[in-house]
Amino acid sequence: MVKTVFSIGLSTGENLVIKKNRLEGEGFLGKGKRVAIVSGIHGDELEGQYVCYEMIRRLKANPEYLEGTIDVYPALNPIGLTVADRMIPKLEKDLNRMFPGNRQGGTFDRAAAAVIQDLEGADLCIDVHASSRFVKEIPQVRICEEFAKKLIPYAKHMNVDMVWTNATETVHESTLAHSMNVKGVPTLVVEMGLGMRINRNYGRQVVDGIFNLLSEMGIWKEKPRNIQFPVLSTDGEVEFIRAECSGMFIPAIEHSHFVKKGDKIGEIIVPIEGRVEKEIIAGKDGLVFTLREYPMVSEGALLARILTDIRTKKTKEAE
Amino acid sequence: MFTEDIYTLSLPYREDMAVKGFRFGKGEKSACIIGPMRGNGVQQMYICAGLVKALKELEAKGCINSGREVMVIPVVNSYSMNIGMRFFGVESADIRRQFPGREWGDAAERLAAAVFGRVKDYSFGIQLTSFHMAGDSVPHIRMIENGYQNASLANLFGLPFVVVRKPQPIDTKTLNYNWQSRKTAAFSLYTNNNESVDEESAKQAVAAILRFLTRMGVIRYESHSGYISHVLTEKDLTDVNTMCGGIFRRKAKVGQEIRYGNAIAEIIDPYNGNIKETILAPTDGIVFFAHSESLIAEGDVAYQLVHRLHE
Repeated sequence: MVKTVFSIGLSTGENLVIKKNRLEGEGFLGKGKRVAIVSGIHGDELEGQYVCYEMIRRLKANPEYLEGTIDVYPALNPIGLTVADRMIPKLEKDLNRMFPGNRQGGTFDRAAAAVIQDLEGADLCIDVHASSRFVKEIPQVRICEEFAKKLIPYAKHMNVDMVWTNATETVHESTLAHSMNVKGVPTLVVEMGLGMRINRNYGRQVVDGIFNLLSEMGIWKEKPRNIQFPVLSTDGEVEFIRAECSGMFIPAIEHSHFVKKGDKIGEIIVPIEGRVEKEIIAGKDGLVFTLREYPMVSEGALLARILTDIRTKKTKEAE
Repeated sequence: MFTEDIYTLSLPYREDMAVKGFRFGKGEKSACIIGPMRGNGVQQMYICAGLVKALKELEAKGCINSGREVMVIPVVNSYSMNIGMRFFGVESADIRRQFPGREWGDAAERLAAAVFGRVKDYSFGIQLTSFHMAGDSVPHIRMIENGYQNASLANLFGLPFVVVRKPQPIDTKTLNYNWQSRKTAAFSLYTNNNESVDEESAKQAVAAILRFLTRMGVIRYESHSGYISHVLTEKDLTDVNTMCGGIFRRKAKVGQEIRYGNAIAEIIDPYNGNIKETILAPTDGIVFFAHSESLIAEGDVAYQLVHRLHE
C-alpha cells in the first residue's frame, strides 16, 4: 500500500510529498521483521528506481513468500529527481548531508527528520545510490569502518561484486546511512552504474542480492540461485587513477575488466592540436571497478579505480 | 605589496585559473583574509578588494607594523564567478567543504590543499563568506566552538554581534574548522549581502577588519572603536518558521527591534492574492536574519530573532 511519509507545502500550489510502498506478508501484519529499501536521495541517480520497481514487482508476483514487511521509498528527494539534480533544487544542499534532520527546522530538515522517524525500528535498511554521471561503478556495498563488524555479515549476501569499507563520504556522518546506523538500524549503502542512467543488469543483480539477504533473514521463503560472494576490500587495496592534465579522456578498456600493470587504460587528448597529451597506464594488476564515462577532465579528475589483489582475495574468500 | 600565485589550475577550453594572494609587510605570518569560495560571493570579493586597496595605502605610509605580514586572497573560485555558478567545476564541487584538501585528490581538493598549505600558519584567519540561508543578516563574526575559539578576540572587530556555533559534522571540512584545529584564531565575517555589492556594509566590513588588525598590533590605523559586540550562541537565536508556502512579504528589517506579537511578515497566496498567513513575532528581540526571496515554502526560516534583546 502506498503511504505518505511526509508532506509539506512548496511556495506555489504544490506539496513536496515523500511516499513509500509497504508490502506485508499475509499473516505478518504488524509482525515479523521489517526491511526498508530507500533511494532517490540524489536526484541524478536513477539506478535505484529500477531496483525499487523490480523489488515491488517480484514481491507482488509472489506474495506468499513474504514473511515480514518490506517498505520501499523510491524518491526521498522527489523534486531533485524531476530535474535530475543531485542536490535539493533551489536550496543547493545535499539531502544526504542533512540527516538526521530536525522536526522544527527548515523544510528539508523536517523532511529528513520525518524519513528517519519512519525508518526507525526497521531490522535493516538498504540505501540504493548510483554513481555520479562522471564515472561508472560495478555493483558494490559501501560501509563505514565504524560499523563494519555489524554490517559485513549482511553485505556479504547482497550479490554485489565488492564490499568496500570506509570508502567515501556516502557512508559518513550526516548521511542517512550513518544516522540510521547510529540509531541501531543496520544500513547498507549500495552504489552502482552511472548517474542519470539505468543499467537493468546491475539492477537485477542487486535485487537478487536483496532477496537473498531477505531469505537469510527469514523474511523471504525462496532462496535465489547463483548468488556470488563479493570481494571484501578496504581503502588500502584500491588504486586511484586521476588525470594529471586537462583534456578529453578516451578509455582504452571496458569497465569492469581486469588489467595488468603496464596496460593502457586510456589517453587524454587535446582536440584543438590533434595530439595525445597523456597516456594513462595501470600501475598495478587488478579489476577496473570504476571507469570515467564523462570525457572532459581537468587536473585531478577521477579516471579509474583499480581493485588490486582481487584474484588472490577471491581465492582466499572462496576457501 | 607582493602578489603571489597560490595555485594555478589548467582548464580545458578556458584560461588557467590562478588563485592570487596579496602580501603586505614582512615577517611573522600574522593575519590572512580570504574571500569567497563560491561563485556568488560578489560582496565578499568586493570587501577583499577594498581591503587590498586600503592595506596598499597603509603600507605606503609605513603603517604595517614591523615584523608582521598580512595576506589577502580576494577570490578563490574565479572559475565559478565568471560563469555565474555557485559551485566549482563540471562536477559542481563546493570548495568551502573541501578543507584541508588533498594534494592528490580531485581538482577541488587539490585547490583546497594548495590554499590551506599557504594559509595554515597565520595567527589570525578571517574568512568572508556567504550566509548558509538565502537572506540578509546583521553584520557579525561567527566562530566555531571546538575548544580553541576565543570570543573575546572576535569582539575586537567591533561588529554588533559575535555568534559561536557548535560544529556539525559537515563543518569539519571548512577552512575555519581546520584553521582552528591548527590553533589559528579563525573568524567568519558576514555582512548583509551576498550576490551584489552593498557599499555601506562592505565599508563596515573593511573597517572592522582594519580595526581588528590594529588592535592585534598588526597595522596602525585610526578608526572608530565600533561596537562592544553582543556574544551569542546559536541557541540564543529564535527561528521563525512559516506555516505555509507562498509569496513572502517581509515587514521587518534586519537589525530592527520588534515586540512580541508584532506582524513581521505575510505569506500571500500566489493564486488569489489573499493573505494565507500573518507571521507574528514569537518574542521581543532584534531581527538577526531575514529571508529575502519573494517565494517561501512551508517550514522555511523566515526570520531569526535574537531573543529578548533590545536596541
